[in-house]
Amino acid sequence: MRSNRLRPDHKFIVGIVEPGSRVLDLGCGNGELMFALARGKKAKVQGVELDESAIHKCVAKGLSVFHGDIDSGLSDYQDKSFDYVILNQSLQQIRRVDTVLTDALRVGKKVIVGFPNFAYLSARLRLFFKGKAPVTPSLPYTWHSTPNLHFLSISDFLEYCRKNKINIGQRVFLNGNRRINVLPNLLANIGIFLISK
Amino acid sequence: MKQKDIGIVKTEYFTFAEPGHELKLDSGESLCPVTIAYETYGLLNKDKTNAILVAHALSGDAHAAGFHEGDKDPGWWNDLIGPSKALDSEKYFVICSNVIGGCKGSTGPSSIDPKTGKPYALSFPVITIADMVRAQKRLIDHLGIKKLLCVIGGSMGGMQALQWVAAYPNHIQCAIPVATALKHSPQQIAFDEVGRQAVMADPAWNNGNYYGGEKPERGLAVARMIGHITYMSDKSMEEKFSRRLKVKSRSFKFAADFEVEGYLRYRGDDFVKRFDANSYLYITKAMDYFDLSCDKLIAKDKHIDVRFLVIAFKSDWLYPSYQSQDIVRQLKVRGADATYCQINSTYGHDAFLLEVDEETHLIKHFLDKTFCGYDVTREYEI
Repeated sequence: MRSNRLRPDHKFIVGIVEPGSRVLDLGCGNGELMFALARGKKAKVQGVELDESAIHKCVAKGLSVFHGDIDSGLSDYQDKSFDYVILNQSLQQIRRVDTVLTDALRVGKKVIVGFPNFAYLSARLRLFFKGKAPVTPSLPYTWHSTPNLHFLSISDFLEYCRKNKINIGQRVFLNGNRRINVLPNLLANIGIFLISK
Repeated sequence: MKQKDIGIVKTEYFTFAEPGHELKLDSGESLCPVTIAYETYGLLNKDKTNAILVAHALSGDAHAAGFHEGDKDPGWWNDLIGPSKALDSEKYFVICSNVIGGCKGSTGPSSIDPKTGKPYALSFPVITIADMVRAQKRLIDHLGIKKLLCVIGGSMGGMQALQWVAAYPNHIQCAIPVATALKHSPQQIAFDEVGRQAVMADPAWNNGNYYGGEKPERGLAVARMIGHITYMSDKSMEEKFSRRLKVKSRSFKFAADFEVEGYLRYRGDDFVKRFDANSYLYITKAMDYFDLSCDKLIAKDKHIDVRFLVIAFKSDWLYPSYQSQDIVRQLKVRGADATYCQINSTYGHDAFLLEVDEETHLIKHFLDKTFCGYDVTREYEI
């Protein structure tokens, strides 16, 4: 199977990365986003991924990747080693969010964070009417098999950035392929932010 | 599907460092002349850009792949070298040479010292990994290759790959150090020292002067038995031997009752037939002296264009993966293009010879990208 079609969140991220940038993708999975950045933006990409089979898939795409967890290893890099550090769909799975975000903002000139919105409408409805933990397209796991450690909403993240004096640049809210412009904390199931310190 | 092999191969010899052009060594001494035994597989392309140097481990030799006339066993890395294999001999020109200090055709303590007409024995200078690599560089120059596509090796072979980066960063495109370290830990030095003491405690060793007489076979066999324990994991030994007996019932003597005892004895006895005890001393010492930690791999504030694929194995306790991560840490700080993978294997250190499928997948794609250029532009298959 050939893969050319970009996921909507990847499309947005590829759109904001400047050509020729140095990029560190934390939790890069199979390397689809890195591949798109290397091809579309001639970016110099480096991934970090815990899953061994995903490492093999990255290498098959010609990508460079380190086998390890996101929580360790960021401290090795010097300040501003990268133009962008990406935490896409991995923030909610990191043990020490504070440490990783602080380090990411040190190591990267800018950080791109994307995560599933826990306060998305259908998640709220499921919690409210069924009294059950949300299972939605962006939060597809049942409570007992989820890799997610943190459940945050778009509003939670905005508040976090405010409290920690993190600047938010561009942002996008998605629901599937659609961009959400009104009431994103209710209507978007994914939020992506370009942040810097 | 059974893969094709290279077929019959022959070891070749290159002699250099004739009088007046001695090979200078780290110790301050020099060697003259030096012979290197080597084999090559595949063809060197017109631009001489497809050459890969394979560096062997402690007990290895130049015979990495294919068969010697009349032999029933192939070279030591035949699983990875050959048509369509990880190091594809239809695409690349693969070179493997015996290290100096060795006993498989390259100049070492068992070679004849031209000054005396007798084997060097302990008058052979103590050599380092850097000296081994210096000699390899001469061979590569002799073959007319300006820049190697890759230097690859496991264990001590990985040290040589790293040493190539430290010494000749402009003469290699990529390095693949497997199951190796920037330096031996005290535990690794300790195991080597026990092996050396076993050799030297054998009365037949006779201060290294045993050539032509009885060889220190017991000592060398014990050293090899210790080595083999460190190459396996607790789990792989359980799977391979468990507590199974070789014989019907316990002998109530100090015979090899257990399968594991029989295996170690066989490995020890087999090793002494093919390896020189003094070479064992010299080569293990070279490994213990090796140290590229603290910015010695890539000098501070220096950027190099070498790509890296660093491979470790989960159950390898002789060269634990934290040592590979130390390599990766140096590469990160220097901004080198690097990939690191810890393969989930239960084979222990031996995994670098046994985890063929995983290694093949990683190495093949990594080399392909290095050889074909740096742009990620091609469509990929999922």
